[in-house]
Amino acid sequence: MLRLDNISVHLGGFGLRQISLEVAAGEYFVLMGMSGAGKSVLLQVIAGLITPTSGSVSINGKDITGAKIQKRGVGLVFQDSLVFPHMKVYNNIAYALRSKNLSRKDIRRKVLELSELTNTLDLLYRDPGSLSGGERQRVALARALALKPACLLLDEPLSSVDVWLRGELRSLLREINRNGQTILHVTHDYEEAAMLAHRIGVIEHGSISQTGTPQEVFHHPGSEFVARFVGIRNFFRGTLRSTGGSLKTFYSSGLDFSVLTDEPEGEGCIMIRGEDVIVSEARTSTSAVNHFEGKVQSLEPARVGVEVQTDIGLPLFAHISLESARAFNLHPGKKVWVSFKASAVKYMGK
Amino acid sequence: MRRLQPFRLVLLFLGGLVLLFIIAPLAGMFLATSPSEFFNTAAEREVAGSIWLTLWTSMLATLLFAIAAVPFAWLLARKKIPATRLINAIIDVPVVIPHSAAGIAVLGFVSRDSAVGRIGEALGISFVGHPAGIILAMAFVSLPFLINAARDGFEAVPERLEHAALNLGASPARMFFTVSLPLAWRSILSGLIMMWARGMSEFGAVVIVAYHPMIAPVMIYERFGSFGLTYARPAAVLFICVSLVFFFLLRMLSVKKDNAQT
Repeated sequence: MLRLDNISVHLGGFGLRQISLEVAAGEYFVLMGMSGAGKSVLLQVIAGLITPTSGSVSINGKDITGAKIQKRGVGLVFQDSLVFPHMKVYNNIAYALRSKNLSRKDIRRKVLELSELTNTLDLLYRDPGSLSGGERQRVALARALALKPACLLLDEPLSSVDVWLRGELRSLLREINRNGQTILHVTHDYEEAAMLAHRIGVIEHGSISQTGTPQEVFHHPGSEFVARFVGIRNFFRGTLRSTGGSLKTFYSSGLDFSVLTDEPEGEGCIMIRGEDVIVSEARTSTSAVNHFEGKVQSLEPARVGVEVQTDIGLPLFAHISLESARAFNLHPGKKVWVSFKASAVKYMGK
Repeated sequence: MRRLQPFRLVLLFLGGLVLLFIIAPLAGMFLATSPSEFFNTAAEREVAGSIWLTLWTSMLATLLFAIAAVPFAWLLARKKIPATRLINAIIDVPVVIPHSAAGIAVLGFVSRDSAVGRIGEALGISFVGHPAGIILAMAFVSLPFLINAARDGFEAVPERLEHAALNLGASPARMFFTVSLPLAWRSILSGLIMMWARGMSEFGAVVIVAYHPMIAPVMIYERFGSFGLTYARPAAVLFICVSLVFFFLLRMLSVKKDNAQT
């Protein structure tokens, strides 16, 4: 569907080197990298705002490397949404439709349809200046979708949105993707990547250092950079079931984790930060409700402290200080208990 | 605050002097003109005709040249090539040269022996001593005001918004008319008003290209030269009044537009 072959860009002292990437039809591909890694540049190359020094971009087998910006049919949603400030929300969403020869009635029907999908019906006659970051981003999404883009390009779409509203927007992105929309999304946020991606690519110093499913990338980071960047090693897929109380149970590989979440039951994944995992010699009684017995697999020095890999039936990583590793005399093969609070388990529905 | 007060008094005094310097001559002129003189002058065909001529030629000059100048200003705001700086400098030339010299230049350009003059002749237009020549002379000296204001306006429009429009499938022309132009409109309108006002008040360049038909500034000068101050004054007062009314109306219009946008 979307294919990049050996894209290189030189922009002053920085650029992209030999980027090759393929996004399949209907796929949700997340490109992860730190700010300045060249993620946005790559999206601008695909959208035609930047001409690559070498390499080619093609969509459905058709080379669009030199095509005009307005002929590419890729919808770009910018970080700061760039909703046209002088048009009502309705006209923003209708913008792409008015380039085509559609009747007023068809335009109206399409705008309402997109507006319903993005939950912006109440905003249609508002001025963009009065919208919140999240609302503006939903309008920008509706506006880009009106183009019926072959591929939707998202440039850090959640970073201008208040943290507590991101979940809502993530669900929207997932729904758009479920409707068949191919999406290429760039972000520096690994949680966003883990929650949304079918596949992840990690971009580092202008080139892609690893691609794979979230499990592959999080469990087997290809380089130290990736490991440090993705940060989160405890990432598991499974099923969430309600057990009556405020806690829910998440089943994965024969283990059950207690999770504090208000998400509905279903398929999903959980993440636990290594910092939140406590390693002890015996089962302790604390407020933590998740306790697992296991063995130390390995100890790796991290940027600060030590990363302890334990085997509890799944590989679980704990990030502890060098002092405690010494005090407990942790070594490979040693039997330990690991525990963490239900609130430390972050669950994301599919 | 207390220690600053003498300084503020000095500022107020100096500011008052500047303001007085602007108001006093105008007020003096108005006070020296009796209502009967004023209305008698307004009733003169020659006066009314020249004021009307001034108004429509300056307005037409502004609108005609805006068609080319506004898109050109967008180009200057967007395409940063080394030549842009040179072009910007060239655009400012009419402002800094003496306007009589500008008039000589325009006259040479449109006179009957010039290429433009001959083309005009063939089409039945003689620029010299004709409203068409007046329009060209007015445009020559006032165009920089429009181009500079419009360019500043376009520069203030984020280029990324234009990219967003293109990305949404708009042609460059549609992008220009639906995004760039409306967002820069406030500056462009103020540029149009400035250009129009400047063209309307032009004397030096116009008088060389076309003494007749007489625009208001030439008519005022002629009355002063032939009959003296007392005779020229009511015409000057009348022309100022008419200009101010139009100026005020347009300003009102632009303020209203701005409010509607926010």
